[in-house]
Amino acid sequence: MKNRLLCTVLLCLPVLTTQAETKVSEHTLKNGLKVLVKEDHRSPIAISQVWYKVGSSYEPGGITGISHMLEHMMFKGTDKHAAGEFSRIIAENGGEENAFTGQDYTAYFQTMEATRLAVSFELEADRMRHLHLLADELKKELQVVTEERRMRTDDNPQAKMNEQFMALAYSNSPYKHPVIGWPSDIANYTVEDLNAWYQRWYAPNNATLVVVGDVQPNAVFDLAEKYFAELQPSDIKPIKPQTEIEQLGVRKMTVKVPAKLPSVILGYKVPALKTAENENEAYALEVLAGVLDGGSGARLSTHLVRGKQIAVSAGAGYGLTSRLSNLFELEATPAEGKTVADLEAALKAEIKKLQQDLISDDELQRIKAQVLATDIYQKDSGFYQAMEIGTLETAGLGWQKANEYVPKVNQVTAEQVREVAKKYLVDDHLTIAYLEPQAINTTTEKKGAK
Amino acid sequence: MRICFFKKTTFLGLGLILLTFGQLSHAAAKIDNWQTSQGSRVYYVHTEGLPMVDIQVVFNAGSANDGQQFGLAALTAGLLDAGAGKWNADEIAQRFESVGAQFNISSSIDLATLSLRTLTEKPLFDKALETAQVILTQPTFKDADFKREKNRTLAGIKQQEESPGALASIAFYKALYANHPYAHSESGDIKTVSGFKTEDVKSFYKKYYVAANAIVVIVGDVSKEQAEQTAEKLLSGLPVGKKPEGLPDVTQPLAGAQQHIEFPSSQTHVLVGLPGSYRKDPDYFNLYVGNHILGGSGLVSKLFDEVREKRGLAYSASSSFMPLSKPGPFLISLQTRNDQTTQALQVLNQTLTDFITKGPSDAELTAAKKNITGGFALRFDTNKKLANYVAMIGFYDMPLDYLDTFEQKVEAVTVASITEAFKRRVNPQLLQTITVGKSAEKSVK
Repeated sequence: MKNRLLCTVLLCLPVLTTQAETKVSEHTLKNGLKVLVKEDHRSPIAISQVWYKVGSSYEPGGITGISHMLEHMMFKGTDKHAAGEFSRIIAENGGEENAFTGQDYTAYFQTMEATRLAVSFELEADRMRHLHLLADELKKELQVVTEERRMRTDDNPQAKMNEQFMALAYSNSPYKHPVIGWPSDIANYTVEDLNAWYQRWYAPNNATLVVVGDVQPNAVFDLAEKYFAELQPSDIKPIKPQTEIEQLGVRKMTVKVPAKLPSVILGYKVPALKTAENENEAYALEVLAGVLDGGSGARLSTHLVRGKQIAVSAGAGYGLTSRLSNLFELEATPAEGKTVADLEAALKAEIKKLQQDLISDDELQRIKAQVLATDIYQKDSGFYQAMEIGTLETAGLGWQKANEYVPKVNQVTAEQVREVAKKYLVDDHLTIAYLEPQAINTTTEKKGAK
Repeated sequence: MRICFFKKTTFLGLGLILLTFGQLSHAAAKIDNWQTSQGSRVYYVHTEGLPMVDIQVVFNAGSANDGQQFGLAALTAGLLDAGAGKWNADEIAQRFESVGAQFNISSSIDLATLSLRTLTEKPLFDKALETAQVILTQPTFKDADFKREKNRTLAGIKQQEESPGALASIAFYKALYANHPYAHSESGDIKTVSGFKTEDVKSFYKKYYVAANAIVVIVGDVSKEQAEQTAEKLLSGLPVGKKPEGLPDVTQPLAGAQQHIEFPSSQTHVLVGLPGSYRKDPDYFNLYVGNHILGGSGLVSKLFDEVREKRGLAYSASSSFMPLSKPGPFLISLQTRNDQTTQALQVLNQTLTDFITKGPSDAELTAAKKNITGGFALRFDTNKKLANYVAMIGFYDMPLDYLDTFEQKVEAVTVASITEAFKRRVNPQLLQTITVGKSAEKSVK
């Protein structure tokens, strides 16, 4: 019974893979702006995203978080448009808009009815080169970003632990510092800092324009020429590699924060697709993450949350598409009566199993079936498709990698998974953080009628 | 990919908007509707282009049905796929994963939802559907699974206590709804959940998971005939049963009140509101469009402008109506550095009072209408979003042309109708205010 169904899945592979193929049309303007278009005519809308090759991993000490700060300031006006006008115009055109910053990218997006693509191109082209960075606006926005940091990190035990963990795990990689920046760096940005950062990275030849939706590629290329062609390119100097030095032994830390539940994170140094000597290793690590945490039927849920019941939650993750080498992470929260030490031992036992025994055919096929299906489900969202193209392109991998993903995962063997577990999940390259909850005393006070 | 900071994550997904007149002819979606042989209503929309389908089964079995056993609805929903028919939790998960299907059960205040996303390739689809059917109709509720999931729920409740935002939300609902079934947290509290027995879950399931209390939503690349068979098969074996009785009416609080919870955080979470609007509310579009201007339109709302853009007091500041069977909350919220709480609260209250007194300007209303109607297509540009809309329409028994008439109803709203509706429905004297953080005198900046 089981075998028959597995065969069925495999027989479906070629058909479905063809259907899921990402067809991207590409055009580069003379000033270096790369335009990538993917047609999706299921709905009369278009998603437009501008991706800059800059993020927190580009930042030197003293101005960490400045990419994110600049992202906020990009809504504060240009020669042609006053602060806030950008958002008002998009809103009046029925658009959704926002922006996000990561370790390797800063991106801006609008989603609108497809005939209005010109509205977003006009505004994005304007702020790519003509941003106004004003001291008064910076002063207010600095407060906003500080509030953002308080909300996301300072008052969130898991986020706080994670920040401390990353700072310990990396020695010299810029992944050491948080995307939002260290508090004293945030407090001391100046208009000059922001302006220098803007001038250094915001140029057509350091950007990718991604459009997904109910559009024709040639019409989008014409529109891009119309609005972006006049922008001057910059002399973009390549960033220094800052390759992480080899870790020479396990690192452990305790993070004491007001919290109710303890937890533990383990992180092993691993290559990403971009940095792996052999790409197969990265895809094998991706499958390894699936073995441990590819849904409720994966090992961590099956063995630790159910089976032994020593965790109330447990997860694993790997960043395939990062620009620099990163961490293969496992994290878990112990069940009542269990300790983080119990969990650490159990997680390590799972790793050991992966190093000693081959994963079963059944597991491998299950992961492949999920990868295949998920690849199709993700096509339901134009936004996701644009994200995928933008992320791959900005990390220096190229959008073509989107089409390689399913076949490459399909080629991964049980032997390769065991091989990467042995090679990379080693104690000398491990960092562990334990969250040790500190008491929270709350009191309630009724102030009655106001 | 691991870390990304959205400038205003809070507002993603609120659905913004706008319009070309030509666009009005774009039919939102053709919703087909029928009943299964056992009387469950089915809502089906055919979409093309991807070999997949989203299926939801929605029951009137949310936390409002908990009675005094706060958290029972959530625990019951969470236990369904922990064992069913001859399969244990591992086998169930592996059955779905082996065909790449995604299965989830969640519960909220009014309802419990089983969602299945699967490929339409027959053998894959059939296996996923069979698994879902067994989960739905033959959950085993074994003691060992019950105990484990109960303990996980208790851990989750404990974890809420380390989050000032979660504590504020719990206190807010309590302040608004007093003894009404909307007052308690969906996950329940330590005391009630600790007392649950397996029998409690079994009897909740027996009472609420019945055909008369279920609707089925099918959105995807399947024919109507397939959809009919799917709905029939999915619910086969479920007793007909009956619909639960309606919920008691919600009354407004007797007086405004303010409550502070002292908490060792760097920010104070501020929540202000009262019971607001319900799904079939004749004032719904007045309140919806009005709130869009006040605090519902993300980066361009009045609250956002006053609190964040002009003063830099918070990262997020917004307001919303959450329409339920009965009036769900009207909520205004922000988070600010502890020592700025008084100022932020003052700006919040002033902005609200001004809006209730004066209403929006003509220009503001025009901009809001352009935004909502012009971005109308964005509301259901994926199967997932469309399925959620259809589930809402089905569960709350809204007209099938709800989406088709949505823009007209937005266009019909006037400055006067918004102003009157807010005066009628948002009485500033009755506002409930919750603050959670370190009080000013105790916080050292």
